[in-house]
Amino acid sequence: MTALSTRPPRNSAAAPKPARRRRPGAKLWEASPLTYVALIIAVLLAIFPIAWSFIVASRDNSSVYKIPPPLVPGGEFLDNTQRLLANDQAHFLIGLANSIFVSGVVTVSVVLFSTLAGFAFAKLRFRGANVLLLIIIVTMMIPTQLGYIPLYILMIKLGWLGSLQAVIVPFLVKGFGVFMMRQYASSAVPDELIEAARMDGCSTWRIYWNVVLPTLRPAAAVLGLLTFMETWNEFLWPYLVLDGDTPTIQYSLKILATGNYTTDYVQVFTGTALAIVPLLLVFLAFGRQIIGGIMEGSVKA
Amino acid sequence: MSVNTSAAAIPPPLDPEQRRRQARQVRLGRLDLKASPYLYVAPFFVLFAVFGFFPLIYTGWVSMRDWGLIKGDQGFVGFENFAEVLADANFWNAMFNTFGIFIVSTVPQLLLALMLANWLNRKLRFRTALRMGILLPNITSVAAVGIVFGFIFADRYGLANWILQSLSLDPVSWRGSRFASWTAISFMVDWRWTGYNSLIYLAAMQAIPRDLYESASLDGASPARQFWQITVPLIQPTILFTVIISTIGGMQLFTEPLMFNYGAAGSGSGLENFQTIAMYIYSTTFENNFKYGVGSAMSWLLFMLIILFALINFLMVRRSLKGSDK
Repeated sequence: MTALSTRPPRNSAAAPKPARRRRPGAKLWEASPLTYVALIIAVLLAIFPIAWSFIVASRDNSSVYKIPPPLVPGGEFLDNTQRLLANDQAHFLIGLANSIFVSGVVTVSVVLFSTLAGFAFAKLRFRGANVLLLIIIVTMMIPTQLGYIPLYILMIKLGWLGSLQAVIVPFLVKGFGVFMMRQYASSAVPDELIEAARMDGCSTWRIYWNVVLPTLRPAAAVLGLLTFMETWNEFLWPYLVLDGDTPTIQYSLKILATGNYTTDYVQVFTGTALAIVPLLLVFLAFGRQIIGGIMEGSVKA
Repeated sequence: MSVNTSAAAIPPPLDPEQRRRQARQVRLGRLDLKASPYLYVAPFFVLFAVFGFFPLIYTGWVSMRDWGLIKGDQGFVGFENFAEVLADANFWNAMFNTFGIFIVSTVPQLLLALMLANWLNRKLRFRTALRMGILLPNITSVAAVGIVFGFIFADRYGLANWILQSLSLDPVSWRGSRFASWTAISFMVDWRWTGYNSLIYLAAMQAIPRDLYESASLDGASPARQFWQITVPLIQPTILFTVIISTIGGMQLFTEPLMFNYGAAGSGSGLENFQTIAMYIYSTTFENNFKYGVGSAMSWLLFMLIILFALINFLMVRRSLKGSDK
């Protein structure tokens, strides 16, 4: 991880130059029509499976195997949705509600605890801070799946199998979040601001709440978005510990795809399309911030 | 700081009640300064200790016991579970598949991501739209898209075979051979991760000072040469990062092959061609016999493997970096 910080610093001296003179090598930075063609093909490939599931979801059952694939939506969407919601095995609406609740709680918790700990690591002086931060960085490297068997046994012992806290409580904190907030806080929150607040007699909590948290808002928003999407998309763990009648949305999709009614494929597509919609809306609204977060995070990590 | 100290410096006389309150405030303030940092980092460490660290250690403990769902914990058996795993042909088959899929998916994925990043790193119109389009697959769930790809890679009436046939190629039995199934699963993985990796590369590329390219151009280096001799070496740490992340993800590959197998981890025609180690751990531990001990032993072996690979990656790239410094 530390190796990444060896990137060369951005050279600002190169920027101001007379615009008239064509810079040597400027051609390298110009996008040829071919670049656009290549990128647009890539984007189309990226969009296709999603678009296809939406198109099929709006048509009747024959369209799943229609070749060439249909490119325009039909008028069956409401009909298909009705059948999906009436499916008493998939519990789609329960799955949707559960996912909204679970992802919401996990997101709030990760953002709260990450900003708190990130603030402490970046701006407060305390013994053992470096060692503790190092531990957090190491935890980021541990794949979570490895602990699933004992975690499952733990859930049995706690009696949490089949209930939502099993998919919430183990995920309330995230090493990555603490690290990200720590990086952002150390550069975005000026020490003077904290000193000034202390002079005014603010308690540490007041400083966090009134000074630090507002400053961290952009990065915290990105962390929140990433956490929400990750939790929403989580499949394996909910599938392990929840029951089919209180699923999350992804589990519900799995039931839908492999259940007893697998001949109604359009219903499956309607489910996948509807499960993607909330994330799609989030992505359309905050795509720029999410991209910024991913790119920033990779450089800082 | 204040200039007019005469008035401020002399506090008004305090009565004992006020003084006591002030003293308490000072004490509280000191406590606040001392304890707050620990209080703020505590939630992470407490929760991680219970749900992250403890399970990891516990896996090691369980892996040395004869433990199943129905028979319960039958006591310590030493390394017997490990021996059972290492003698299990299915384990090695799953290992082989996991590696195969990892190579078949990661190499093209990272090369493609490099190319995409290189294209994105130009003066572009609709820059945000293009970036969003490329990242879009990453925000969708593997389960949802796995279902869709299951239909695309259906043997009969599947879209992939239709494309092959319209190119007058033979249709492929996607689950019928190792290579076909590896290709199909890799396609799912790459579809999801290429855009993400290209944005990470793009971020690293944007940090390269442009005058390096200018002087290379003056020396007559072609764009391709500049790409391989300036861009790639300079973003090598980032490439290492993506390789490590891909290794960790690739060794644990589960949902894509599961959905490709219509949602079953332990059975299905042609499963031996593409059952990954995570699927095998799953079916050993949570289907069939519920062998917690054996499953934990496999988990630990997988963990060791991931660490080993991360280390090898790290050393290899560090050595090549040192080499290029000379």
